[in-house]
Amino acid sequence: MDSNRRDFLKLAGLTAVAGVAIPSAFGSLLKGEAMASGGPEPVAKTTGKRYGMVIDVKKFAENPGLAEKCINACHTNHNVPDFGNKKDEIKWIWVDSYEHVFPADSQYKRPDNLYKLPILTLCNHCDNPPCVRACPTKATFRKKDGIVGMDYHRCIGCRFCMAACPYGARSFNWRDPRGKDANGRPFIKAENPQYPTRMRGVVEKCNFCTERLAIGKIPACVEAAAEAKGLIFGDMNDPNAEISQVLKTTYTIQRNPALGTHPSLFYII
Amino acid sequence: MIEKALKGSTGYWVWLLALLSIMAIGGLAYTQQFSYGLGITGMSRDVTWGVYISQFTFLVGVAAGGLMLVLPYYIHNYKEFGRIVILGEFMAIAAIVMCLMFILADLGQPMRALNVMLHPTPNSMLFWDMIVLNGYLFLNILCGWVVLQSEYKGVKYPKWVKPFIYLSIPWAISIHTVTAFLYCGLPGRHFWLTAILAPRFLASAFAAGPALLLIIALILKRNTKFDIGQTAKDKLVTIIGYAAMLNFFFLACEFFVAYYSNIPGHKHTLDYLFWGLGHGEQMYNNLVPYMRASVVMGLAGIALIFVARSKQSDGLLALSCALIFIAFWIDKGLGLVLGGFVPSPMEYVTEYVPSFQELAITAAIWATGFLVLTILYKVAISVKLEKDA
Repeated sequence: MDSNRRDFLKLAGLTAVAGVAIPSAFGSLLKGEAMASGGPEPVAKTTGKRYGMVIDVKKFAENPGLAEKCINACHTNHNVPDFGNKKDEIKWIWVDSYEHVFPADSQYKRPDNLYKLPILTLCNHCDNPPCVRACPTKATFRKKDGIVGMDYHRCIGCRFCMAACPYGARSFNWRDPRGKDANGRPFIKAENPQYPTRMRGVVEKCNFCTERLAIGKIPACVEAAAEAKGLIFGDMNDPNAEISQVLKTTYTIQRNPALGTHPSLFYII
Repeated sequence: MIEKALKGSTGYWVWLLALLSIMAIGGLAYTQQFSYGLGITGMSRDVTWGVYISQFTFLVGVAAGGLMLVLPYYIHNYKEFGRIVILGEFMAIAAIVMCLMFILADLGQPMRALNVMLHPTPNSMLFWDMIVLNGYLFLNILCGWVVLQSEYKGVKYPKWVKPFIYLSIPWAISIHTVTAFLYCGLPGRHFWLTAILAPRFLASAFAAGPALLLIIALILKRNTKFDIGQTAKDKLVTIIGYAAMLNFFFLACEFFVAYYSNIPGHKHTLDYLFWGLGHGEQMYNNLVPYMRASVVMGLAGIALIFVARSKQSDGLLALSCALIFIAFWIDKGLGLVLGGFVPSPMEYVTEYVPSFQELAITAAIWATGFLVLTILYKVAISVKLEKDA
């Protein structure tokens, strides 16, 4: 009898706790959900810095060689190795065609030259980056200014971030980037002592030149394209920044926005 | 108890020696990979996981398959599994050892593996996978060893181990669920982005794990006095058969969703795996024969396993189990992981072919698993036979 009463009291207590806790837990979950997806507009914070970039593809079409100039500026600045083959390839910024940069975009008829446009592609520095979510060691992380960074010394090389990135922006050091090929040619042609070289077995990608921003410079690719005004870079939360003006006045598109990643790269096609 | 592993027939030692030689070759290959980097494998910028991670994924299933013996025995008090439940637990140990080795083999910086614990990151599914896999390894070592040791001493197992046994049941589900979550939570990888990935993993696990166990039991029956008994065998056939059917049902669901919705991204990988994917002038189809063989072997295995039961034919039973095991090994140990990378998010098609070193390391890890399995089974069966005598 005694134990029955105790069981009953336990059960009653549990029921009461559950009655209070479960609905409120659901309530708070649903509330969070409602806040997180309050419509089609991006929900990025509007305070603090958030760096972004507008890529004006027309300018690159008008200035042949400009894209290559940007790529060179980036890759020499960041000691990106050139292995001379596709399998080991490492790239932070590169040119790709419309159908590969915007693969989900389908249309009955398009201007013929659209598919010949040189479209610069790099890390999107997503506001909601899947790579950061996937990384098991916080070796890739999102900084307060919106830049998705990499810690090459913490990365264990599991490549989960590469599977997670929906934009193919990440590269892995399949072999030692500090080494030389069979003919004795170093993979890094001229080493820039201002930026670290990497070791084999870690992932790397564009860092929006966070090291240059820290000393008041603009990203290397933006500098290379400055004359032609091909790339507009700046703090999107600063209403007076050029990028904010461009985004407000020009129609731009993002790569695969349906995934909810909120890219910080915008294209003028 | 471990001393039982030190006494065996010539065949036992020859088998161990064979496994050790495969491990030695793979060990040499690993020294090459360790000094050169993962570039020695067939993986590339577009196909960033290869045979290591796909073996890992499959073997998590083999480990979880032990549940199909533990659950009937401890929860439903199904006495017929009394002789083999230890085989399920020990198989889980060997499978998890292989899983952990495959993950280590796949790391670009294996010396930094402990960073996963030094910088715990709960938002990463790999962090949780590390926890559930190591936890499951611990639970199976504990439960398996304690229960066997009690049997060895001729006493009933201590009461305190019971909660750990009960815990190991949901834990087995968790290891394969979290492993599926590694894949199915990634945006932009349509093939993996499916809510039935975890159920599908579990279904194939509950078929492939017990199938391997039944094959080993039949080998033991031929070579030792250890017989798991007809009733247990028949029950295993039911489990394997239904789990395998469920797996094919889930696969059919995937096909329906992809082809009826007609969304290109959802069709691409299935196209690549089963029909070949044309891209430009080129046709990419290097996995097609394997995937088709997998379906044929799996369905044939399901049909044959029930025939084998009604005819009580051990030979046919072993054949059907082998068909099911190999079918699911192809499905998960090749197609699932490799297919997810084709086409890439930018819709390029890059095919992957493993290198010699990669295959040698893979073989060596399998050999290590079988070495662990052999030693554990040797101990377990010696104890069981001693008790019978």
